[in-house]
Amino acid sequence: MSGLAIPAEQPRTGWRAWISTVDHKQIGILYMLTGLFFFLVGGLEAMAMRAQLSLPNLKFLSPETYDQIFTMHGTTMIFLVVMPVLIGFSVYLVPLMIGASDMAFPRLNALSYWLLVAGGFLLYVSFLAGGAPDAGWFSYAPLSEKPYSPHSGMDYWALSLLLLGFGTIASAVNFVVTIATMRAPGMTIRRLPLFVWMTLVNSVLILFALPALNAALVMLLCDRLLAAHFFDPARSGSPLLWQHYFWIFGHPEVYIMVLPAFGMISEIIPVFSRKPIFGYGFVATSTLAIAFLSYGVWVHHMFAVSLGHVFLSVFAASSMLIAVPTGVKIFSWAATMVGGSIRFTTAMLFAVAFLLEFTIGGLSGIAFAAVPVDWQLTDTYFVVAHFHYVLFGGTAFALFAGAYYWFPKISGRLLSEPLGRWNFWMVVIGFNLTFFVQHFLGLLGMPRRVYTYPDLPGWGTLNLISTFGAVILGLGVLVFCANLVASMVFGVYAGNDPWDAWTLEWAAESPPRADNFEKVPPVRSRRPLWDLKHPEAADWAAGAD
Amino acid sequence: MPAVSGNRSKLAVLGPLFSSHSPQAQAITTLFVYILLLAAIVFLVVAALVGYSIVRYRGRVGTAEPHPSFGSRRAEVTWTVIPLLIVIALFILTVRTMAFVDAPERPSQPPDVIISGHQWWWEARYPNGGVGVQEIHIPVGRRLLAEIDSQDVIHDFWVPQLARKMDAVPGRHSYIWLEADAPGTYQGECSEFCGMQHAWMRFRIVAEPEPEFSAWVTRQAQPPVAPASGVPAEGARIFQQKCRECHARSGPPLDHIASRKVLGGDLPNNPGNLARWSTNPQSIKPGNHMPDQSLSNAETAAVTAYLETLQ
Repeated sequence: MSGLAIPAEQPRTGWRAWISTVDHKQIGILYMLTGLFFFLVGGLEAMAMRAQLSLPNLKFLSPETYDQIFTMHGTTMIFLVVMPVLIGFSVYLVPLMIGASDMAFPRLNALSYWLLVAGGFLLYVSFLAGGAPDAGWFSYAPLSEKPYSPHSGMDYWALSLLLLGFGTIASAVNFVVTIATMRAPGMTIRRLPLFVWMTLVNSVLILFALPALNAALVMLLCDRLLAAHFFDPARSGSPLLWQHYFWIFGHPEVYIMVLPAFGMISEIIPVFSRKPIFGYGFVATSTLAIAFLSYGVWVHHMFAVSLGHVFLSVFAASSMLIAVPTGVKIFSWAATMVGGSIRFTTAMLFAVAFLLEFTIGGLSGIAFAAVPVDWQLTDTYFVVAHFHYVLFGGTAFALFAGAYYWFPKISGRLLSEPLGRWNFWMVVIGFNLTFFVQHFLGLLGMPRRVYTYPDLPGWGTLNLISTFGAVILGLGVLVFCANLVASMVFGVYAGNDPWDAWTLEWAAESPPRADNFEKVPPVRSRRPLWDLKHPEAADWAAGAD
Repeated sequence: MPAVSGNRSKLAVLGPLFSSHSPQAQAITTLFVYILLLAAIVFLVVAALVGYSIVRYRGRVGTAEPHPSFGSRRAEVTWTVIPLLIVIALFILTVRTMAFVDAPERPSQPPDVIISGHQWWWEARYPNGGVGVQEIHIPVGRRLLAEIDSQDVIHDFWVPQLARKMDAVPGRHSYIWLEADAPGTYQGECSEFCGMQHAWMRFRIVAEPEPEFSAWVTRQAQPPVAPASGVPAEGARIFQQKCRECHARSGPPLDHIASRKVLGGDLPNNPGNLARWSTNPQSIKPGNHMPDQSLSNAETAAVTAYLETLQ
């Protein structure tokens, strides 16, 4: 069914199989493992920062090193962890969930992955080439320009993100074509599993957002390497031009990093509540609303620039509006649990924790949509707390839930539930200790991106608590890694459908055969396997389509 | 915006935002308190819903499948419309507060003070020619129009207790109201990452009664008096030779350095620290644009003695 014929001679085992694979399942696994590797690297960087900040006036890291580490931490977590892991889940699951045998363009799929490897390599080799980038993950000009960041780190940063951007755009094209053309008979757009729907919307977001970043990166490289002056105010360039370009990409990027996580939650909560999602239509439509609005909110990252009240008000309104479709989702997930018969597996625990943590992250975001409050709190630790509640409490918690939920499909074995409990409680406690206190640090006036701070009342204590929490969080993540390894070897065999779930991937073997399905079950509703198992109460017969 | 009275003392422990000392900062705090209350209510609703489900609908192994329910149009419309109404109310409050807090984007009057960000120090220039470095004096109870700009990268001028923060963007002139309703020293900081010493780009606002303020600003406008003889005069000679060029061009002016309370962001201004800074600034604030000086002990003492005369 794919666009190009696949070579017949495909080694199926050994390292050569992994290097040369064009199979979506193997590529998906490569994406996830690469993301996990960089998660540990980015986590180590975070631990180094927390060590430096544990007490006032420490000299554990020099300011130079600290600036490189926090830049690398942000860039790594966003571009080498969250995006690859989300894309990896989608690459693995989308064909299975729509009853296809592979992605539409398997070779392009492999190319996207290898661009990730190349981009990650390029970013980290900068350490050996004179110094890592040091202007923060959004690299505001003119600080990122040659006079203020003379070593080559910024060049590596820009080139690396360009490569990663090309790979991501190729993935997005691949998802759109796959979902548009390769669905099993009967799977209409309105019957798509929500994870697939959100991957589709997400891919469209990527297609329109990433090019803005790529354009800005090329301009930055021109400035740095060819003595152009797009962003240099001394030669009639504009530093604000960079900010507009970056955030036109950067705010949709936030949703690019969270929509697939919403999709996972939309699959996991129903299965473990034993009820279909509450209000499929509203959940699906609200995703479109979020995607649409996300292109019109970027200036809320620039509220502290003097831009004129009419202009600012428009972006305040759009930023506040995005709370409405997000709220619809949260209430729909919560309402799915009401009246259910909830099974508290580790996957479900993470999904429920996601609901609460993400709600905190969403609510603290209102402070930044309300312009005057942003004028006080932006660029303080309140922001750091806010976006970690969104990206860790939100996306990472959903990814842990997804890992516990789909690991049996991928490996054929269940992850250990006892280790899962340890993993869950350590991550929940560690995460909240680390980041909740950072709200207060922001209110106390501690700016973000400082390598140390004066011994003002409360600052030292709160930072020490935060560092203590980070240690617990880090150990919790190591428990997760241990669980992956141990369960690969000793895990209980899962069978095809350990959760008694409803979407097509659970009809495939665990792990699935090379072409995924011997026979795709008929699709007559959003829950084809429910229909198969409960012919007397089939969804399509109940008119719930 | 009506002020939330009384929160200043009780909530001050929560930080400078809750001990605001200007009408502008107070209005922002009020808006923030509304948002905080709103957020708390929404969170409690979600948490109650989730908590109720966890307790009430915990499934047992072998429990029959619950009755499938695919949604309820009424519930869905409810939780779309109510948040929409809240958002509209919040938007109105936001726009009103913006108008109250903010100076005009293009003011018709000349600024009362021009504040420039440099890597990594702040300079305040007053209309009479007076210059404040790291310490910016303002009169109590009078609203100053402050122009904010930058001489190099983007900085952000922020005094949490007094005013909104404002990005200092090179090539742009931005304006804020700067006002304090009580005398005192208020902590300020740079709030946009601006390179290696962003952390110590701290400064102080000194609010004082009008007579003291005008005395201070008059003194800052006067040229320094050269010491006639002795060690300070020797120091002045060394300063002319080794320091003056940079400090006149790009470094912070030192004409009245002895009147400042702090050095380099947060260091008490005393002869010991001044001597350390004169010879080894890189050991105090690594990466700052002043190179270490190869001054002998005698030279350091002389320069310090000279700087100490610059009231």
